[in-house]
Amino acid sequence: MTATALTAAEAGLVSCETCALLSRPADVTEPGYCPRCGAELVWRRHHSIQYTWALVIAAAICYIPANLLPVMTTTTFGSADSDTIIGGVAYLYTSGSWPLALIVLIASVMVPLGKLVALSYLLITVQRGSLGSSRDRTRLYRMVKIIGRWSMLDVFVDTFTVALVQLQPLMSVEPAPGVLFFAAVVVLTMVAAESFDPRLIWDSGSTKEDYHG
Amino acid sequence: METVACPDCDLLQNIPHLPPRGKARCSRCGQILATAPTDPLDRPLALTLTAAIVFIVANTAPLMGLTAVGRHASTTIVGGAYEMWVTGQALTAVIVAFCAVIAPAGYIVFMLTVLLAARRPPVPQWAGEMLRWAGHMQPWSMNEVMMLGILVALIKIAELASVDPGIGMFAVGALVFLFAAIMVTFDPREVWKRVEWDDGQMPPRTGTPEPTRIEEGR
Repeated sequence: MTATALTAAEAGLVSCETCALLSRPADVTEPGYCPRCGAELVWRRHHSIQYTWALVIAAAICYIPANLLPVMTTTTFGSADSDTIIGGVAYLYTSGSWPLALIVLIASVMVPLGKLVALSYLLITVQRGSLGSSRDRTRLYRMVKIIGRWSMLDVFVDTFTVALVQLQPLMSVEPAPGVLFFAAVVVLTMVAAESFDPRLIWDSGSTKEDYHG
Repeated sequence: METVACPDCDLLQNIPHLPPRGKARCSRCGQILATAPTDPLDRPLALTLTAAIVFIVANTAPLMGLTAVGRHASTTIVGGAYEMWVTGQALTAVIVAFCAVIAPAGYIVFMLTVLLAARRPPVPQWAGEMLRWAGHMQPWSMNEVMMLGILVALIKIAELASVDPGIGMFAVGALVFLFAAIMVTFDPREVWKRVEWDDGQMPPRTGTPEPTRIEEGR
């Protein structure tokens, strides 16, 4: 880790996000297209901070009904019973499978919340121009990208429970509106992670103003 | 020797010649920049073909069955999404169908096309386009999450009625491993190296070299 290390942007080179080819654009303000794969070249992802904030805020709003509204309704001999995500975790816990309850709790409650906090932290530090612990923040970003998909777990659990338990009139399970908000949180945070540009973490103040537009 | 910029921190560095199964990591942020898989095209092709067959089994065979008071019911992956749709959660059904069926199918189809096209140089321009699409499908294809979801559902329902795992569930389990194996044995750089250029220009040879840490393969 040398202080003299040069980034592609500082050297006037732009790296293609699709095929990783380095090229030197003739026009700095408009890099144009990659000569190899034809993808649009950008110094930094367009409006990365604004888009990511918008998606994070939208996901945070959906997170509330996702946890408060029931995700499924079980009808047994005519009497209906609704379960929220936490209710599902409690059900798994009381029925004796606490390891599963823990997995669902982590995947459904903690991972989405952790993602929202992590992305907000990354956005705030980038906006404030912090340069400390860049390596750790890049690792945090990669972790958000890797574990984000696991919050879809509860949506799959609900889907297959609903699909299988259709024994009308004895017992049937139907999805409830919470599941849509829950899926929306997962999709929105995944798109948010994709729209964030990790290179902004490393850009010094001057480069940032030039490129993050 | 090839100069690249790290996709995560934009640092310029040279990728040295890698030993077989070696990896080059960014010297600043640790991101993997290049791998040197053995048989860079044949192995992923064999694995993708296998995945295609297993995928068909996973989507046609029942995932699990339920027996209660003399009645039997079973479900498939698409059956799950369909049931979501008819019970009034159409948008959720679309998301489930995309993550469970469409994205993995797209990934397999695009990868098969790319890997078959890459066998005969020069690799046509459209193969690059297909590779880009395979990359778009990859984060959304959630076989491993679905696998765990099926298991949790199975255990939950086992409290109420007797359930039995079906062939489809084992096929989904196999897909989890096949997808992981494809990603480990395939480096998109191998295709990009062979692809026909959009405009026929030579790549610029500039930038300051920076030594890259090499990890020896197992």
